[in-house]
Amino acid sequence: MIQFDNVTKVYPNQSRPALENVNLSVEKGEFVFLVGSSGAGKSTFLRLVLKEERPTDGRIHVAGRDLARLTNWKVPYLRRRIGCVFQDFRLLPNKNVYQNVAFALEVIGKHRRFIKKVVPEVIDLVGLEGKYDRMPDELSGGEQQRVAMARAFVNRPMILLADEPTGNIDPATSIGIMKVLDRINRTGTTVVMATHDAAIVDSMRKRVIELEYGKVVRDQSRGVYGQAY
Amino acid sequence: MRSQFVFSEIWIGLRRNLTMTMALVVVVAISLSLLGTGFLFVKQVDRARSFWQGKVEMSVYFCIKSSPNPVCEQDGPATAADKTELQQRLESMPQVQFAVYRSQQENFASFREEFSNEPSLVKNTPNGSIPDSLEVKLKNPEADYNIVASAVYGAAGVDTVVNEMTILDKFYKLLEGARNAVVIIAVILLVAAILLVANTIRLSAFNRRRETSIMRLVGASNFYIQLPFLLEGTIAGLIGWAIAAVLLVAVKSLWLDTLNQYFSFNIGLSAGDLLEVIFLLMLVGVLLCGATSFLTLRRYLRI
Repeated sequence: MIQFDNVTKVYPNQSRPALENVNLSVEKGEFVFLVGSSGAGKSTFLRLVLKEERPTDGRIHVAGRDLARLTNWKVPYLRRRIGCVFQDFRLLPNKNVYQNVAFALEVIGKHRRFIKKVVPEVIDLVGLEGKYDRMPDELSGGEQQRVAMARAFVNRPMILLADEPTGNIDPATSIGIMKVLDRINRTGTTVVMATHDAAIVDSMRKRVIELEYGKVVRDQSRGVYGQAY
Repeated sequence: MRSQFVFSEIWIGLRRNLTMTMALVVVVAISLSLLGTGFLFVKQVDRARSFWQGKVEMSVYFCIKSSPNPVCEQDGPATAADKTELQQRLESMPQVQFAVYRSQQENFASFREEFSNEPSLVKNTPNGSIPDSLEVKLKNPEADYNIVASAVYGAAGVDTVVNEMTILDKFYKLLEGARNAVVIIAVILLVAAILLVANTIRLSAFNRRRETSIMRLVGASNFYIQLPFLLEGTIAGLIGWAIAAVLLVAVKSLWLDTLNQYFSFNIGLSAGDLLEVIFLLMLVGVLLCGATSFLTLRRYLRI
């Protein structure tokens, strides 16, 4: 599903590469934790998968497609197959829960009938039944993140990328968030999650890839957070 | 459906920068009306010119019984011999294209037609008070008028020599002066309109950056992202155009038509001319707003 071949990324005006000679592959349906200290290259990795950035060197394949060969106007279609969740939730403040999730479908041109059917399903899936009318500022951090996940998942993407989704959430609520992610993963969606949250990583025992200064230093199935403390 | 979504996004956008949108509409309206007025003036001048194109430049009026000229009173009305002699002399001159004789009845009939805007004048001019004439068309009116005129002055039986061109010179100058002034101001205002469209779109794009970044993330096509902004600019432009169209109708009926009355000749513009100008303005307005929106988006909207 995701394949990195000797990928290097150097941002302009920086001497040290953000990612250096990264070689890894993520299979369909896997759940992968991407760990490492700040600046290790986790966010860069995710942005490369989305084609928000281009690698300085190397090749990236997502869902079998070579990103280098993907023309600019085809990129939106790639992004429709990838869902994203962020640390700062990125909800639209003047739309309620239903509208925020529906927005993701409206902008890609789905019909009203389809939206009416699918959006409530996915809002229930993340555990927010009955809260369709709430505005984001009426929700707790955990609830807002669930809305974000509903929005990321509503179009049944192949891959879900999560960039420190529990960063702004207390440990107890984080567990609920991870349960949702796990549920999503069980439907067959590949999940890649960048995180600092040692407790979560340790409790779930999924594949762990550790990055340090842009290089992959550990790639362990059923791993723990490890020395990245 | 999708069009519903696009329109609701446009409406939200227009409302968010309501003041800027209103400023845009006003500037577009004023600049388009000025441009339209300039076009109307151009058409008016063309209409006047073509009316007079086929006409002769010089009319030589003969003495008749009621001519007030002292020379005519002394020598009496022009004789047939005088008229024929003068006609032949003129036609033999190299500068003259032709010299056609027009009888009193013919001149009276065309007098009534040309002054149809002034019924009281026509009523008070009895048949028989308009003299007959030689209508002379010159090959090079500007250059040769004086040469031919001096040959005619003082000839037997000649009452007056009328330079048909001078009547219109003033009219042309007036219209052309007005047209130039109006067009210059219109162009300045159009530049202002372009800047305002660019600024409005830029502000709109900034205001909606959250929505836009999520749209990009979620995989909305570039066209879909840009469309509400493009339409916003074009719709504001169209509203401005509609206002300009109304103003132009007012300009034509109040101003140009009254101007025409002063000149007594029926060379006013028709409704068809007005519609043509309004349609042209719409093209200008839509192209201007659309193109500016598009170019501004390329610069300020991250895709």
